[in-house]
Amino acid sequence: MQDFTFNRFVRIYITIGTIFTLIHAYILITFNIPVKQALVDASINNILILLAGVGTYNILRYYKPIRESLVYPRVWAILQAIIITVIFNAIVRSIYVDDDAYINFLNTSKLIRGVYNLLNITLMSVFVFLWFLFSDEQKKQQRILDAEKLNREAELVSLRQQLQPHFLFNSLNSISALVGTRPEEARKMIHQLSDFLRGTLRKDEQETILLSDEINHLKLYLDIEKVRFGHRLSTNILADSEVLKCRIPPLILQPLVENAIKFGLYDVAGDVNISIICSCNTQFLTVTVTNPFDDQTSSPKKGAGFGLSSVQRRLYLLFARNDLITTSHQHNLFTTIVKIPQTV
Amino acid sequence: MIKCVIIDDEPLARLIVKEYLQQYPEVEVLQECNDGFEGVKAIMQHQPDLIFLDIQMPKINGFEMLELIETPPAVIFTTAFDEFAMKAFDNNAIDYLLKPFSKERFDKAFEKWLSKRNTPSDINDQLTENRQRTADENSRVVVKTHNQIRIIPIHDIIYLEAYDDYVKMHTTQGMFLKKRTMSSFEQGLNPNEFVRVHRSYIIKLDQLTRIEQPEKDVHLALLKTGAKVPLSKTGYSRLKVVLGMK
Repeated sequence: MQDFTFNRFVRIYITIGTIFTLIHAYILITFNIPVKQALVDASINNILILLAGVGTYNILRYYKPIRESLVYPRVWAILQAIIITVIFNAIVRSIYVDDDAYINFLNTSKLIRGVYNLLNITLMSVFVFLWFLFSDEQKKQQRILDAEKLNREAELVSLRQQLQPHFLFNSLNSISALVGTRPEEARKMIHQLSDFLRGTLRKDEQETILLSDEINHLKLYLDIEKVRFGHRLSTNILADSEVLKCRIPPLILQPLVENAIKFGLYDVAGDVNISIICSCNTQFLTVTVTNPFDDQTSSPKKGAGFGLSSVQRRLYLLFARNDLITTSHQHNLFTTIVKIPQTV
Repeated sequence: MIKCVIIDDEPLARLIVKEYLQQYPEVEVLQECNDGFEGVKAIMQHQPDLIFLDIQMPKINGFEMLELIETPPAVIFTTAFDEFAMKAFDNNAIDYLLKPFSKERFDKAFEKWLSKRNTPSDINDQLTENRQRTADENSRVVVKTHNQIRIIPIHDIIYLEAYDDYVKMHTTQGMFLKKRTMSSFEQGLNPNEFVRVHRSYIIKLDQLTRIEQPEKDVHLALLKTGAKVPLSKTGYSRLKVVLGMK
């Protein structure tokens, strides 16, 4: 849709005015008025109407007639028609002061010209009025769209920022512990944590990134978790070079894996292995995350609600689909599958 | 000599507590534990004076672990829970350290305990009665039988029966005793699934087969297992409301 700018208004308005002028001149010529005189007559008359229209435009910028009361616009149009006819007569009579035939013609056509001007002005006013109506409507629609977009952005940002404070504080505590005895490792972990945090900050919501970048970010996270939990936590990531070229919204995998780790580490007392397997076809990138859980003591339903809902909500906001995350459980393994639509 | 046990699932988190404790030569760290199960064993075995306890740990959390011990030692919690969450558990008997904590903060907590160590307190009762339970804790009950710790999912409960200071939990896995009050149980249970039908009884609604009336003004709930549970007057009307009979 094109915008209702003032420039565009002027262009259309002058085009219409020109057409009216030509029609006006043509009619005069059929009444045996010389071509030059007809053009002067038509131009003066229509320029006055155009000026009146610009006046109406400026009034409508500040005042909109209420639909029920159209008395003022009507009075205004009649008033304009009279004024224009009077001014027009004054001008042309002063130009063609000696041309009796033309003055005579002016006298006999006075009424018809008045009516013509009234119709013309009404038409122009309706045009100006409709212009504003549509322009306002478009602005309103735009505002609604903007508001929706802003809301969505805000929601996405807040969903993403539900980065677990738990994770942050525990990592800082680990660093604090390392500083005393193993300062080199402490420094390394500070860098890992900084890189990870920077990665969570600078991503644009709407942009998708390469799976390889997302996995690199995920690895930063996993490295930190491995320092925290030591040998208890092991992970393996499976993705071949083709799959790494797939695209994914940023920070989808990390919360999923975080969920799996929490679920695994807090539900099972021994060692925990998390596997992340990525595959791809023309339609979807599919990532399968598997973690152990204890089917005797925890209901998988609870596990599903752990941290998946915010990822689900994000995917819904981005793709308008609610079926992109599925979970299942078999024996002592809990599986989360996320599908990311690939747009070509 | 002060006997200590450190219970935390993160090795580095235990390391820093140990490091901070080095300043106090009278303190001996007898054991480091990875989770609540090890914690219970270590506490039974060593009878420590003081434990440092994390809250979020595998399988059972720090609070649940404490509930399993008859006379728990003094506790300093070490946790990354936020302050507001900890306020709910706050009372005079316990101090808590928010990770990461400074040496000064640690010393303050330790010295606070030192100055109070001879005033007896009943941590266990306070924990059982006064604190809000986490969502995890409301979905399970941790009990100890002989030398085994068992985690009973809430949905396995058939009915609960008050028994002095304890509650008899009749479950699909058998009967277990838990030191906890009926009203504490009632608060944590979903009121659409469980109904307190009597001062001494809570039943699971889907276990109910019918209500019998052997005499005027006497009502009994017959459960799927064949158990008969008496209904008090208010319990009976409460049950009727939940069942939509009223």
